[in-house]
Amino acid sequence: MPQFTTLTSRVVPLPVNNVDTDQIIPARFLKVTDKNGLGQNLFADWRYLPDGSPNPDFVLNQPQYQGAQILLAGDNFGCGSSREHAPWALTAYGFRAVISTSFADIFRNNSLKNGLLPIVVDEKCHATLLDIVAEMPHREWTVDLAEQTVTLPTGDRFSFEVDPFARTCLLQGVDELGYILSFAENIAAYEAARS
Amino acid sequence: MSGLASEQSRQPRSLFEKIWDRHVVVQEPGAPAILYIDRHLVHEVTSPQAFSGLRARGLKVRRPDLTTATVDHGIPTRVPPLVNGGRPDRLAFADELCRKQIAQLEANCQEFGIPLYGLDSPQQGIVHVIGPELGLTQPGLTIVCGDSHTSTHGAFGALAFGIGTSEVEHVLATQCLLQRRPKTFEIRLEGRLQPGVTAKDIILAIIARIGVGGGTGHVIEYAGEAIRSLDMEGRMTVCNMSIEAGARAGMIAPDDTTYQFLAGRPFAPQGEAWDRALAYWRTLPTDEGAAFDRTLTLDASQIEPMITYGTTPGMGTPITGIVPDPTTIADPVQRSTLEKALTYMDLRPGQKLLGQPVNVVFIGSCTNGRLVDLRAAASLLKGRKVAPSTRLIVVPGSQAVKSQAEAEGLDRIFKEAGAEWREPGCSLCIAMNGDQLEPGQYAISTSNRNFEGRQGKGGRTFLASPLTAAATAIAGYINDPRRV
Repeated sequence: MPQFTTLTSRVVPLPVNNVDTDQIIPARFLKVTDKNGLGQNLFADWRYLPDGSPNPDFVLNQPQYQGAQILLAGDNFGCGSSREHAPWALTAYGFRAVISTSFADIFRNNSLKNGLLPIVVDEKCHATLLDIVAEMPHREWTVDLAEQTVTLPTGDRFSFEVDPFARTCLLQGVDELGYILSFAENIAAYEAARS
Repeated sequence: MSGLASEQSRQPRSLFEKIWDRHVVVQEPGAPAILYIDRHLVHEVTSPQAFSGLRARGLKVRRPDLTTATVDHGIPTRVPPLVNGGRPDRLAFADELCRKQIAQLEANCQEFGIPLYGLDSPQQGIVHVIGPELGLTQPGLTIVCGDSHTSTHGAFGALAFGIGTSEVEHVLATQCLLQRRPKTFEIRLEGRLQPGVTAKDIILAIIARIGVGGGTGHVIEYAGEAIRSLDMEGRMTVCNMSIEAGARAGMIAPDDTTYQFLAGRPFAPQGEAWDRALAYWRTLPTDEGAAFDRTLTLDASQIEPMITYGTTPGMGTPITGIVPDPTTIADPVQRSTLEKALTYMDLRPGQKLLGQPVNVVFIGSCTNGRLVDLRAAASLLKGRKVAPSTRLIVVPGSQAVKSQAEAEGLDRIFKEAGAEWREPGCSLCIAMNGDQLEPGQYAISTSNRNFEGRQGKGGRTFLASPLTAAATAIAGYINDPRRV
């Protein structure tokens, strides 16, 4: 898994609630047997016009947001399907962090396994963040996972909560499977006790 | 083990807590629990990268005997007419990517020794339909699948939830998952349902009430008279859509209805093993006085047939209702979210839902593709015709559902009404297999998601029960099943 320590980037605002994983990556792009090529289909139905050209109204196609790695999304981001193709598509595009007032459970779990950091803020903070990105779209924010802080272009800084176990995995760039495998004897003993 | 210690305690516990405690293999301080998984269901779309991960690490599948695979998401439901009997060619209309994905699942199951109910199996079907049919789904088990509607299996008093592909790999390799203990949420449905109101209406009413994020972080236990009165199929419909409220899982305590459904199923315990299992299952229901993190009580007799008007399952209303007005919403993001939904749906605030024309009616999916759902739809369609402006597609949830329906003559009722009778699969619920709406078309669907583009790019979906879908097919516009 890619390591996550600090991230300094501009921010893309997407103030829509309940963005589901079918919007993040529509089902017709799930007919793959690997993880390649998903980035170009991220938000495909919002990002491209019917003729396949970029939709100039969609935020990812606007010049000031090119190359930004932080997504500022609406409430309950990533709801719906369990498809891990959603964080695969987001990270393939270049996103490394998503800020929202809440995340759907499976999406959050999937994101943490792919080096994509979900950052939860309260509604008041979220509204302030939307104002800041609207006023200063060209300025960078800095996420520091070890400190659990986000530093804003205003100079203000806020802290966020993150699951301590997931934080350690992200900071070290290690995945969970190695941890589970290290308890193989306990798993065998559990199976033996139950049979 | 920590599980055994807490099982001996006298603290009243919920159904969820009993199952969770029994499945904790390791609980290190500060870390999530390592939770043992009793059943792992696998399908073609969310598993290929997990098997690739196993190969890359040189790992085997730890318990292929606890793993079961089928093909459902991408498989076409249209087949060419049969010549001289034989089996239908399920891949005749499949595209290259679908063929490759299904071939990859077949190869993976072969290599890792996993039983596969594949293309030509008489048990093939939607993964959440065949698990219960085969008796794989049982009370007290932990069940996972790389599919969010795994919550369906909670109808049997199992702890069942959807996982991502990394987690599919974890379960394949270790039969375990790393999980934080979710919170609990009891939703009681007191009273009795009115005629024409079904399990689908219950869950749509709940989601409209608590919202699509209302269950986030929680496992919902559904209880109360109206839940106890449901058959297993209805309970599965309710638990299936728990994820549409954001819940980690949905559960219903097992009872005689559950045990009668399971008895004699291929993978259900037999003989003395059945007696032992039954004795255990009877200990599972939530103890008197057990605490929940949240509770909600609703009056089932007040629920009407429900319909959605927007692009989340929470944007729902009684079928006699109207499209809400975004200008009445103060929060700017909430307001623009509803405006965006109504623009996509091309519906006007204040507009009645009844009478709204629809182009396509879809009856099927892991939510409402079981025999009782088809019977309900057929009860209204018998001797009637689908409106000329409307196309009705009926997709049984499994080969077993299809053959039982045909034995009862339901297929003839559908075909005589002018419907298309298909082979089993996810079909128009996810629109990966060639079954899809055209841009701008309206569908009424017994499936679970009305997201933008879910049933085809630009397609617009109203979610409803099989009864409401059938009533609408006859009329050609959204129609109240109580008036047919």
